[in-house]
Amino acid sequence: MAVTDAGRLRKNRGAAPLQTLLWRWPWVRPALLLTPPLAWFVLVYLTSLVLLLITAFWTIDTFTTQIVQVWNLDNFRIILTEPAYRLIIGRTVGIAALVTVTDGLLAFPFAYYMAKVASRRTQTILFAAVLLPLWASYLARVYAWILILNHSGILNWSLQSIGLPPANIGYTNTAMWLVFSYIWLPFMIIPTYAALERVPDSLLEAAADLGARRWRAVLDIVVPLAIPGVVAGSIFTFSLTLGDYITPILVGGAGSTFIGNVVYIGAFEAL
Amino acid sequence: MAVKSKEAKPEAAGGQSPHPAALRLHGVRKNYGHVVGVDGVDLTVDEGEFFTLLGPSGSGKTTLLRLIAGFERPDAGRIELGGRDVTSMPPHLRETNTVFQDYALFPHMTVGENIGYGLRVKGVPAAERRERVERAVRMVRLVGLDKRRPNQLSGGQRQRVALARAVVNEPEVLLLDEPLGALDLKLRQEMQLELKRIQKQVGITFIYVTHDQEEALTMSDRVAVMANGRIEQIGPPLELYERPATEFVAGFIGISNLLTRDGIKFVVRPEKLHILLEEDSPEPGMTVEPGVVEQVIYVGQSTRFNVRLDQGEPLVAVRQNTEAADEALQIGGRRIRLAWAPEHTYVLDQQQEPDAKPASVENTKEK
Repeated sequence: MAVTDAGRLRKNRGAAPLQTLLWRWPWVRPALLLTPPLAWFVLVYLTSLVLLLITAFWTIDTFTTQIVQVWNLDNFRIILTEPAYRLIIGRTVGIAALVTVTDGLLAFPFAYYMAKVASRRTQTILFAAVLLPLWASYLARVYAWILILNHSGILNWSLQSIGLPPANIGYTNTAMWLVFSYIWLPFMIIPTYAALERVPDSLLEAAADLGARRWRAVLDIVVPLAIPGVVAGSIFTFSLTLGDYITPILVGGAGSTFIGNVVYIGAFEAL
Repeated sequence: MAVKSKEAKPEAAGGQSPHPAALRLHGVRKNYGHVVGVDGVDLTVDEGEFFTLLGPSGSGKTTLLRLIAGFERPDAGRIELGGRDVTSMPPHLRETNTVFQDYALFPHMTVGENIGYGLRVKGVPAAERRERVERAVRMVRLVGLDKRRPNQLSGGQRQRVALARAVVNEPEVLLLDEPLGALDLKLRQEMQLELKRIQKQVGITFIYVTHDQEEALTMSDRVAVMANGRIEQIGPPLELYERPATEFVAGFIGISNLLTRDGIKFVVRPEKLHILLEEDSPEPGMTVEPGVVEQVIYVGQSTRFNVRLDQGEPLVAVRQNTEAADEALQIGGRRIRLAWAPEHTYVLDQQQEPDAKPASVENTKEK
């Protein structure tokens, strides 16, 4: 057939050398895809981290504030032996862990309801409710908590109006725990929800069919399958709390210094 | 179309008190909004029976199964299992187990853990559990694979795990929702026989959902043909095929040749039609009608002839290729006569439901 032949000829003539190359060496395509992000990652991110690590083995001349490039382990010795530093590290890690557990416990039932119980419509509304606070500034949200937890804030006002003694938790570690748990909760809910969404409903039906009550089915089937999402969420909440230095300044008290605050102050000294 | 008799089924050995049916449905109804799922079904399934719900997509067969399992709540009607009313009972309290269409195996558990899950939930002691799981693994021929995860198994093996996981609990009724739908033809045929063997071995009542008429005929003691949420006909495979009650049943099971003569509508099955060439003469007593062979299709073990009768209707005749089919393939386009014995025709129920739409001439697997 003439038409087909003409078409075939045209197709052959149009074959680009690049297409042939990509076809013959299948690794070229992923290599092209990965080179830009990898270059960025290695050059900018990893290099700066490595440089930072190297400077940790040097010292600063306290008079001139110049870096003295002499290899030593003084910085590490100070961190590990100075009681103040050990207290701060312990506090930071402890609160970060507490915040992670709190968020995990709050997020799971919420995410479960979103993924498995709620209708499509409710699901969308809840999703918006989770994401909407992220549009507001971090500072604004923390300040809002100051207004709540203040000595004359909404919390105490409410307690007093129903005849209870005031809870003076403003500017304490408890306040930090509350604020951190609130701020990072969406970062726990979203990955947990994503993991729960992927658990087919038929697995729950199968568990019920085999004699498991609802809670048993959730514990045996849903929780293990949701663990990757919970772990991802935990990494977010834990590391975000670990590196934060603004919330401790704003809602923490005298004994609420975090690692981040020490680094911040140290960096200013160095400048 | 209530069928409440225990007709073809022999009573259990001993024949003492009339023992309760494994499953009994009374006027079970389930709608989804305005869409009818199941429309007033009455049904009795005897103990140890291999019972099939056969119908096209949307006929309500899967909904009916899910109602029996307890995954759906009926809008009306009563469901009895072993003589006990379970209508308002959640699935985990019902003496049923289900083999799901997508198998629904727990991906984080090994094959052994999957099969043993039901026993573990019911608190069966570990030693007994191990023994029963082992027996189930042997029964479905998966010995040596019990430490694997479901994603390390083939489709056929997963299917067997799903079966073992249900059967190991020794339920009163085993519900199977198109369990072979995802398998290829060869494996499906193999598993059909395997399922039948296992059903005989364990003696559990099987309620099997399929849209595949061949599968239904191969395996079942009795079949209920469903359309539009209702049961069109219940009977053993032979009865359904040879004596379909409605046009729908005739069309859905096998190839149906529908003819209307003198105001009477009847069915002749393709293999009952004789093709007569000019020189042939019909056997005495046969009805003979002239026509033209429009198409000859060679299907391996048989040859299919699409014939247009002079009176207008298309008919399909099938001949086994007991001898080389070369000669048969030559008669395309020729005038012939079709002959059939009157006792091989079956007159359709005249007062059938108007909403039971006649199926296409040949209804093969949709999926």
